[in-house]
Amino acid sequence: MIISTIAFYLFAALTIASAFMVISAKNPVHSVLYLILAFFNSAALFVLLGAEFLAMILIVVYVGAVAVLFLFVVMMLDINFAELRQGFLQYLPIGGLVGIILLIELILVVSGWVLTPDAIKIGMETAPLVSNLTNTEQLGQVIYTQYAYLFQIAGMILLVAMIGAIVLTNRKRPGVRKQNIARQVYRRPEESMAVRKVEPGQGV
Amino acid sequence: MVEFWDIYLLPALIIVGKILLIVVPLLVAVAYLTLYERKVMAVMQLRKGPNVVGPFGLLQPIADGVKLFFKETVVPTGANKVLFLLAPMVTFILSLIAWAVIPFDEGMVLANINVGGLYLFAISSLGVYGIIVAGWASNSRYPFLGALRSAAQMVSYEVSIGFVIVTVLLCAGTLNLSGIVMSQKGDLGLLNWWFVPLFPMFIIFFVSILAETNRHPFDLPEAEAELVAGYQTEYSSMAFALFFLGEYANMILMSAICTILFLGGWLPPADWAIFTWIPGIIWFGIKIAVLLFVFIWVRATLPRYRYDQLMRLGWKVFLPFSLLWVVVTAGFLVYFDKVPA
Repeated sequence: MIISTIAFYLFAALTIASAFMVISAKNPVHSVLYLILAFFNSAALFVLLGAEFLAMILIVVYVGAVAVLFLFVVMMLDINFAELRQGFLQYLPIGGLVGIILLIELILVVSGWVLTPDAIKIGMETAPLVSNLTNTEQLGQVIYTQYAYLFQIAGMILLVAMIGAIVLTNRKRPGVRKQNIARQVYRRPEESMAVRKVEPGQGV
Repeated sequence: MVEFWDIYLLPALIIVGKILLIVVPLLVAVAYLTLYERKVMAVMQLRKGPNVVGPFGLLQPIADGVKLFFKETVVPTGANKVLFLLAPMVTFILSLIAWAVIPFDEGMVLANINVGGLYLFAISSLGVYGIIVAGWASNSRYPFLGALRSAAQMVSYEVSIGFVIVTVLLCAGTLNLSGIVMSQKGDLGLLNWWFVPLFPMFIIFFVSILAETNRHPFDLPEAEAELVAGYQTEYSSMAFALFFLGEYANMILMSAICTILFLGGWLPPADWAIFTWIPGIIWFGIKIAVLLFVFIWVRATLPRYRYDQLMRLGWKVFLPFSLLWVVVTAGFLVYFDKVPA
């Protein structure tokens, strides 16, 4: 199908272009918006691969939740854009050096990658097709049946990390007036109200 | 050439035709939803509502549209122009594309995809972008405050909406929306719909979609008493109209999702001949109209929530309860061996 090929190159090119814009955009809000565009295009690539469940999860988790929080934080930053531009040339040598080192490392890793003959043989064989299952069901079987314990452990680690972050940042401030809903609901008129007969001209 | 026509052009034209068949009635429905809202609220407040333009005020939405169309588009000097104009478009487009997977009747759906439920959840979670970008790009205090409120509010209530969808999926055993509707078909008619066994989740879902669409009593992003008009303060003319259309189209969309998940979609309330004569799409429309009536009823009745109370309701009441209900439902299904195959 020529259409899907064209679609693949379109989405792939857009992903790379928007990923590049993420790091080169001057305004951090624009960076986050380009990041969202990159997520979208990656989701489209997943759809082209036939992995529609992963595509939807990518959008729900990353675009729907994580990027919103990014945007939330970035929008509230107080940044002077002129100042931001000034530092560019000053940091270029160090930044460029780090980039080149990373690039060399990547090239070394990829060029040194050797597959054993067995692994190549497995890669050549076509995977057994379980065509009557949707990929949601297939993923469910792998995650919740085959790797159920590992999955649970991963969840527990995330939960512990979340609780840890909350405990570390939660400060008990004395003297904060908080609404106690239960106390409000259980308040009776007798406890909080008094009817007095006030003589005219005398006050309470 | 003939091959090209057969393989690509003709299917593409058919799809475009189907899209128009969905979008045009939807926009008419949105226009008349505004009239419906004004009329219902007028009756509740012992007024007459719009009754001058056309018979019974039936042409009022068209007059409003024409008025907005001829107004001047004002872009504030300090605004980020591209994003300022992009935001209403995003809101509007997102409220339309979700309709691609909504089944109106048996087999009457544009894209019958296997992950329909997730697709709807994904699209509804994107709705926040239009608002937050609008608030930021306006470069003004009130819109920004409205946008921040809206972002926090929509992200919070999405969590419980997600759990509600998970419970329904557990019971239905599929993510396909047509499949979810068909799982509610049975001899008992109305009593087979998921809102009976999952009644608490139905209530949570309805309240959450009120918050998700920024409607009363959770309309803090545009609370006119505190924030002028919230995120849409700086908007005028068609840009404002797109926000307005998007918001109301979202209301209809959320009612449609609620209908599909809990109220049996296009299924008639009982298998009696009189009911089955009426086509499914009419039933679907009636159910949506009833839910929209509740939307308006709530708006005419309840005062606005305070912001901290809104957050408390979302995180401390709905989230633990819906999480518990997911576990209870899953446990029930496994223990009594009722897990759908």
